[in-house]
Amino acid sequence: MTTSPTGLGAPVVSLKGVGKTFGAAAAPVVALADINLQIGEGEFVSLIGPSGCGKSTLLRLIGDLTDATAGTVEINGKPARQARLDRDYGIVFQSPVLFEWRTVEDNVRLPLELFGHDRASQTARAQEMLELVGLTEFAKRHPYELSGGMQQRVAIARALAFSPSLLLMDEPFGALDEMTRERMNSEVLSIWERTGITVVFVTHSIPEAVFLSSRVAVMSARPGRITRLVDVDLPRPRGLETRESPRYFNLITEVREALRGSEGGSTEATLASPERTAAEGGVG
Amino acid sequence: MQALRRNIPALLILGAILVGLEVFVRAANVKSFIFPAPSAVWAALVANWNEGYRIFPAARVTLTEAAGGLALGTAMGLIVAFAVSRFPRSRDTILPLAVAINAIPIVAFAPIANNWFGILSPYSKMAVAGSLVFFPIMINVLRGLTDVDPSALELMRSYGASPGAVTWRLRVPNALPYFLTGLKVATTLSLIGAVVGEYFGGLTDTLGRVVVGAASALRFDITWSAILVVALAGMGMYLLAVAVERVLIPWHPSVRGDQPA
Amino acid sequence: MLRSPERPRRTLLRRVVSFVVFIVAVLVVWEAFKLLAGDPIFVNHEKVWDPPLKVWLASDVNLPHVWKIWSRTMAPVTSGADESLGGYLIGQAVFTMRESLTGFVIGALLGIALATLFVHFRMIERAFVPYVVASQTIPIIALAPLIMFFTGHNVSSVIIIATYLCFFPVTIAMLRGLRSPDPRALELMRSYAASRRSVLWKLRFPASLPYLFTALKITATASVVGAIVGEGPGGMQEGLGRALMFFSQQYAISPEKLWASIFVTAALGILFYLAVVGAEQWVLRGRPQATFG
Repeated sequence: MTTSPTGLGAPVVSLKGVGKTFGAAAAPVVALADINLQIGEGEFVSLIGPSGCGKSTLLRLIGDLTDATAGTVEINGKPARQARLDRDYGIVFQSPVLFEWRTVEDNVRLPLELFGHDRASQTARAQEMLELVGLTEFAKRHPYELSGGMQQRVAIARALAFSPSLLLMDEPFGALDEMTRERMNSEVLSIWERTGITVVFVTHSIPEAVFLSSRVAVMSARPGRITRLVDVDLPRPRGLETRESPRYFNLITEVREALRGSEGGSTEATLASPERTAAEGGVG
Repeated sequence: MQALRRNIPALLILGAILVGLEVFVRAANVKSFIFPAPSAVWAALVANWNEGYRIFPAARVTLTEAAGGLALGTAMGLIVAFAVSRFPRSRDTILPLAVAINAIPIVAFAPIANNWFGILSPYSKMAVAGSLVFFPIMINVLRGLTDVDPSALELMRSYGASPGAVTWRLRVPNALPYFLTGLKVATTLSLIGAVVGEYFGGLTDTLGRVVVGAASALRFDITWSAILVVALAGMGMYLLAVAVERVLIPWHPSVRGDQPA
Repeated sequence: MLRSPERPRRTLLRRVVSFVVFIVAVLVVWEAFKLLAGDPIFVNHEKVWDPPLKVWLASDVNLPHVWKIWSRTMAPVTSGADESLGGYLIGQAVFTMRESLTGFVIGALLGIALATLFVHFRMIERAFVPYVVASQTIPIIALAPLIMFFTGHNVSSVIIIATYLCFFPVTIAMLRGLRSPDPRALELMRSYAASRRSVLWKLRFPASLPYLFTALKITATASVVGAIVGEGPGGMQEGLGRALMFFSQQYAISPEKLWASIFVTAALGILFYLAVVGAEQWVLRGRPQATFG
């Protein structure tokens, strides 16, 4: 099929009837079922749900890091695989996944090397990206010399280095303390506002999802489905006032209730522990 | 400087032992063929450096054998590790197997190597040293090539990176610290292979034969001086491997010293 | 979460199968090599196969046929002797095993004791540990002939060699293991006002066991190597080392004898190693385990 250029208003991410089943045919585990979602250009969409609801799997389907067993996944009007090969998206994982043998700058440079950019433009671009995340003075350091928050900023710089149209983030700040997380949230928003990139953001944290997103997709577990889409109409630019506004708290409550409704129990997404992940994975 | 200060107790003990031995041997008039004084060992080393038991030429032959075996075993280990890493599913079968085979006392192979390549030939010792070196290199490199962070593999996949790019930009750098760990073990093993191969027979002008020959002639002063040279050679090769490590992987915890050795 | 018990068993089965497959593969490659490049094969003095290539390594002297090694193993050790070569070699293996096992146990106990001492007395540690560490970088097996001549060519000298080859790695691993408990676990013990002795028995020793077994798996082989080098070049009249040395001299006439000795030695090394692995599995049962090695 021919790859059509992104039409105006055409969705960047288009999921139609997407499903994912793991395991043998005899005892299948349905991770995701009947996911339908359109994400427009410049949107910031969070996927939130209890552990084991398949939100990370959904992100990996969008990035063609795993294959869907049902439905179609299209990025910029192309199949996900073609979009990956066209380098349409950048990804940030929960851990920074920096190559410890490379300096900070060389880590940011990695995708540019792989895409065959010439050396001079690699350097210029890497420096530009480090400036964007405020790490210019750490360019020649190795990852181990940086704090967790700084390492994750390097990962963001690396993801944006080749100007992808889509940024996928898989619980990028889950391992950070609350204060650092809030600061990183503000930074991500400012980067998003400056670049106009489309973001799909997986998180455990309701306040984080509400603060960042233009839309929050609430998911349920077993099988993973999108049960509710919450429009976040908080004014931008968002900052400290946003976190203190009544509307913000109302939206948090709305998402929490949506989660509770989808769970049918009292599971707090933010409190879900790794142990619970393992236990739930076993039951499914 | 700090390393020196840390080792003061150890150096004091070494001095005390040497002086104590010297005094004891002289005072009790212990015969040299029972136990030589440290000064006698030193004198024997000097006297037999280039004549008599010819320790220096012997050391050159033994070190050549060890170095040849090290090169041979390392090359083979690298080739096999890279070949096996192409088949990730076979790794879980081959790795435990290699670890178990490594439990074979490979020095038992020394008499066969002597018969295959000639008892007087350095190649027979290189073969033993190479077989000893092969396993730690192969096992460590295979682990390094395959124990890669799954997220890093996903990252490379998100870039649509070719298998070659994944190998050279991710797997090989990831395997480097593992390889150097194996290499440090291998330096000592290569010397063990050479010396033990010589114990099972070989040219007179080798450290192993000097040790055995001097011991059977009850010249323990010369035996000790030859052993001293073997020990220093082992340490020298090891320190060389450590130096290579410092140059190649300055970012690694084992070099940074964040973790206890 | 509890894992189904079938998993480790299946892993074990796969290991056993892979090992058997490996041995069969080695024998097949061995014979295939001989068919391709070895000496002509005679049946009843009639040439039935003439290999297309000639490689010196594949000749009957350098690489005897597997079945010839086997039939030689079943035949008397020397013409007219009651004992078969196989029986003789197993006897020698038991002899060597006793020496190496004794050295292994003494070396391990010494190593454990010394490491315990080091953990409690910083000054002693700083005086001696550098030598224990340095011993890892030098081929201490070079001392074997010296010890044989110094203490006489007897069993105890071989045991001494096996002991010191085991002692150093165990000391280092044990020291690391005794130091391995989480600082918070030590703080917890402190909050109980636990005595040094309870900290040792309830925390440090159990925490050190995985480290200990890692070292024991290495020293299992080392003790056999030590015994063989002590017996063979060291000039003992018994043991596998002596058999290797002795049959090596008869190689030109009867290479099968040396090959049989090597196979028995290899089997001894692997059995010793597997015994330690088995002990490790049993002692560390219920703990999260590394997959191998």
